[in-house]
Amino acid sequence: MTGFADAVARAAAAGRLVVQPRMGMASPLEMRAGLLAVRDADASTVGTLTVDSYTRVGDHRAALAALHDGARLNGYPIVSHHPETTQAVLDGLTGFPVQVRHGSADPRAIFGALAAAGLDATEGGPVSYCLPYSRKPLRDSVEHWSEACENFSGHLETFGGCMMGQLCPPSLLVALSVLEAVFFRFHGVESVSLSYAQQTNADQDAEAIRALRVLAGRFLSDVDWHVVVYAYMGVFPRTPAGARLLNDNAARLAVRAGAERLIVKTVAEAHRIPTVDENVAALESAAEAAAQAAPEESFVDTGVLAEATALVEAVLELPGDPGTALLAAFRRGLLDVPYCLHPDNAGHARSHIDDTGRLRWSSVGAMPIPRSSVDRSGPAPDSAGLLAALHRVAHLHDARTR
Amino acid sequence: MNNLVLLSGTASDSHTWNLVYLQLLLEEAGHRVINLGACVPPVLLADECEAEQPDLVVLSTVNGHGYQDGPRALAELRGRPGLAAVPVVIGGKLGTGGPEPAQADALRAAGFAEVFDDDTAIARFREFITAHALCRTAGTAS
Ligand code: B12
Repeated sequence: MTGFADAVARAAAAGRLVVQPRMGMASPLEMRAGLLAVRDADASTVGTLTVDSYTRVGDHRAALAALHDGARLNGYPIVSHHPETTQAVLDGLTGFPVQVRHGSADPRAIFGALAAAGLDATEGGPVSYCLPYSRKPLRDSVEHWSEACENFSGHLETFGGCMMGQLCPPSLLVALSVLEAVFFRFHGVESVSLSYAQQTNADQDAEAIRALRVLAGRFLSDVDWHVVVYAYMGVFPRTPAGARLLNDNAARLAVRAGAERLIVKTVAEAHRIPTVDENVAALESAAEAAAQAAPEESFVDTGVLAEATALVEAVLELPGDPGTALLAAFRRGLLDVPYCLHPDNAGHARSHIDDTGRLRWSSVGAMPIPRSSVDRSGPAPDSAGLLAALHRVAHLHDARTR
Repeated sequence: MNNLVLLSGTASDSHTWNLVYLQLLLEEAGHRVINLGACVPPVLLADECEAEQPDLVVLSTVNGHGYQDGPRALAELRGRPGLAAVPVVIGGKLGTGGPEPAQADALRAAGFAEVFDDDTAIARFREFITAHALCRTAGTAS
């Protein structure tokens, strides 16, 4: 087990949810101060080093220019900072695991830089860091991710449980999370985590996380794995109270469904990059909510597991290794992410939120999902309807706390 | 006139819900839209503009690098002989710390026809495209 996975396992054994921020700033001094504050927060924490957008798209020249001009970046440019600089950022933090979070369809330079800095935990995936993050062909991403995984010996989390941040029905999130983890394992990674992002309905989410655990048990029995929940990844409440409520509900969801780790969101989410203090407050608030929640044994089955199983099996039955199978699956539309503009996504699937607040399919394209799961009663897909769906969770939480 | 809008993300920005939404909004207002999607480098943007000759270019970015990526995109467009005059607007969450009026003014000074970076963005944009369409109609009629 890696230092990162080990810390998560120890907390889980003690019945504590590990909480983690999304945090990255360009300045090494600020980055270090942020990591220290997270370590010292009143919660079981692991640290995060979030990489900026220039580094994500491989434009290291623009990242260097920004550092040179003192322009603000939305993250830490780990490839552009000297390895010794990053080592100094981490100096004395031994025993405090730090994960590098990026969003890159070609992660090779980032994997190299984090290893050079002595780090061993990161995340992403050939699909989840291509379709929503890049205009690179999926084929290139699969190739780059294969190479990066072959040379990697740490802990790797799939971002497949987040696709587009919002409005992706749970079965597809669960399937992609499992499929990317299977891809990692095929390429020699022995410690993985599977992600699931909180969506629009807590019962549906709990059912999805249970489905994720069932499928991980079935397809990843020979590697070390745990489940990480992301606090809502779509449009966030604008009020501090609404944002806190949604973040706390994510912590309750994680505990209820037996996840080991949670990545939080702050009161600044809807507006701008959060400060260190806002991150610490979100971590402590989530830890408190988690401490008061309890795991649940049974969940209502509305078919998430059956749908996700059908998707995973359909892909793994395709010829070739998992990367080849994923490519073929997207080409044929067996996997099809709603509202994703990437040219390698079929783009026939659509989704909506029904009256009970659950995510439903409006159409499934060529995915092997039974027609009975399709609900055609959704609202008209005009700009107002789309904006209402995107803001539904935010509005509900802002209203509930007023 | 063909009422064509070229809609694009910026070089470092992968957000697309903004683009999906703006495409619908523009189409509902009667415009034809070419949506280039996310992570569009300046050269690709300029190539597409040369090929399509849009009446308006709309840049949308929310990742916080707008003050850097916006001017780079505009400079590439203005460097192409056929694109010296096409109006270009930009909007979204342009910096990392909320709206900054001084930076928005700098973008206008750099040559953006309008900057939409705060809570009034969509209301002002609707007015802008209505006025823009009227202008174009007047222009072709005379
Ligand atoms: C969903 C989301 C994602 C998804 C995006 C999936 C996808 N492909 O689209 C994922 C998870 C992949 C993602 C990734 C990242 N994200 Co993001 N994301 C969001 C989130 C939660 C919602 C955005 C959204 O869907 N909005 C719905 C659309 C319809 O609205 P909108 O984009 O806000 O646009 C509105 C206005 O801004 C305006 N507008 C936008 N453009 C234009 C243009 C014109 C001309 C006009 C008139 C108006 C206009 O009109 C729209 C409707 O009102 C926001 C925070 C939030 N709002 O709650 C963060 C946010 C935008 N993300 C942010 C960041 C930084 C990133 C990352 C860089 C990771 C990171 N460091 O945290 C990466 C992007 C990588 C890259 N290469 O750039 C920051 C930006 C910070 C800032 N600007 O200060 C935000 C604000 C979160 C935060 N507080 O840190 N993200």
